[in-house]
Amino acid sequence: MAELRELYQQVILDHNKNPRHHRRLAVPSHSAEGHNPLCGDRIHLDLKVEDGIIREIGFDGSGCAISTASASLMTTSVVGKTTAEAERLFDAFHAMVTDPAGPADPKALGKLAVFSGVRGFPARVKCANLPWHTLHAALSSEGVRVSTE
Amino acid sequence: MTTTRPAPLRSVKGAPFDVERVRADFPLLRQTVAGGRPLVYLDNAATTQKPRQMIEAIARFYTDDNANIHRGVYDLCERATRLYEGARTMAQRFVGAADAREIVFVRGATEGINLVAQSFCSPRLGAGDEVLVSAIEHHSNIVPWQQVCEARGARLRVIPMNSRGELEIDGLEDLLGPRTRMLAVTHVSNALGTVTPVKEIVARAHARGVPVLVDGAQGAPHVVVDVGDLGCDFYTVSGHKVFGPTGVGFVYGRLEHLEAMPPYQGGGDMIRSVTFERTTFAAPPARFEAGTPNIGGAIGLAASLEYLMRLDWDAVAAHEAELLAHATEALSGIPGLRIIGTAAEKVAVVSFVLAGAHAHDIGTIVDEDGVALRTGHHCAQPVMDALGVPATARASFAFYNTHAEVEVLAAAVARVREVLG
Repeated sequence: MAELRELYQQVILDHNKNPRHHRRLAVPSHSAEGHNPLCGDRIHLDLKVEDGIIREIGFDGSGCAISTASASLMTTSVVGKTTAEAERLFDAFHAMVTDPAGPADPKALGKLAVFSGVRGFPARVKCANLPWHTLHAALSSEGVRVSTE
Repeated sequence: MTTTRPAPLRSVKGAPFDVERVRADFPLLRQTVAGGRPLVYLDNAATTQKPRQMIEAIARFYTDDNANIHRGVYDLCERATRLYEGARTMAQRFVGAADAREIVFVRGATEGINLVAQSFCSPRLGAGDEVLVSAIEHHSNIVPWQQVCEARGARLRVIPMNSRGELEIDGLEDLLGPRTRMLAVTHVSNALGTVTPVKEIVARAHARGVPVLVDGAQGAPHVVVDVGDLGCDFYTVSGHKVFGPTGVGFVYGRLEHLEAMPPYQGGGDMIRSVTFERTTFAAPPARFEAGTPNIGGAIGLAASLEYLMRLDWDAVAAHEAELLAHATEALSGIPGLRIIGTAAEKVAVVSFVLAGAHAHDIGTIVDEDGVALRTGHHCAQPVMDALGVPATARASFAFYNTHAEVEVLAAAVARVREVLG
């Protein structure tokens, strides 16, 4: 079995306790709801996108430490980036937590690399991915719900 | 009608329950997990582990006795048929049914409920009629009724529960109206462990002429079932939750109901005669067992039921009550821990939440200590919504669990907040 401390790294624990951008936006340009029906995790994500750039971001909801920290770190990673850059991060993140070979360019992930330990806990991959699927849904169309099922 | 389990063959009445002797019958429980720690299996409400008697019975069937049942004239076929029908008799004895024809083999409690919803309830339902379920049901005892209600323009109504997870049946007569056509209630709540007052509910429903299905998926593993005493019209059992194989279970139905019900599915083995113009159907239970059934599964299930009937159930009940009391006390002492479901009548199931730790994290963290817990909504989202929790961690015990395992559980849960910082 994979090591527990590789999953619950200090950065993850910190973001779980003090999630960043943990709020709703007054006037979002894009929003989405994410839901993991298996464990009951829910996330609401708001974005303010101007000229293709994510200017503001906020989330709330209820979830486990992994999904909460993943949402928090995601918001810090994509704010200020173009939507295309955010989608590329989504792909890299997804590869990191699911692909045994890992992401093509681990450096591009920056501090998101703390989630590499999730790969050792297959039951928790959905927790880490939920905020990213929600981001993808928010950017793809407006006001949609996604589910990790 | 009041058939009971046969006299215990294994343990002496009044003697303390010999848990180590029982554990020796369950090969899976001997294993260790990562780090060499013994497995502490506390997810028995999801599925139970299997005694070697069941495993051997299935191996023996496929090694020596396998044939399709009911139609061949050769000896092997007759042997397989005898074993399959013997399994039916074992199920009959297990729930105290008066007649083996009242036992219909199905895939599990879910299919049993769907069978009754479709074949018994749906034809009786008209627009504006009502079906009554309870607030503590598993999704499998909600959705099939919802589906027939939707199809027939009927309404699903709900017996409420209180904050301890007990059904509030004081107002039951107000819910049992002139349009109520069916009442479906669980014997034991999978999420909270609550034992419902099934016998009283049946009596009060029958006084209004309302038939009752009891979902026994969680009751049968913990409580001696006597359908004659309960008085219910239907009782469903999942094989894998009573230490039997997956993919098999049975529904008990009163013979006069089964005889009046149309088939559930069409196919072979459930007919009397078939032409392209017209088919006449076999009598129950064959009418409800279309196609080749899970023969090996039923035979394995019978071995598990026989195993259970050889236990001294007074001793089992006392042991499980002690496990529940021990686990409740040990977990309650953990700072920030709150037990969800505190009914006066409970089986050995402890659902809980821990401040600052999501159930999913608890599950992952205690797994490192070899503890297998269920986390989530336990397929009972209305229960979770009513109690205002998104998810719980649940330790569900069987008679083979030990007090030492309760201690491992409590120590592992106590460590959760440490890990989460």
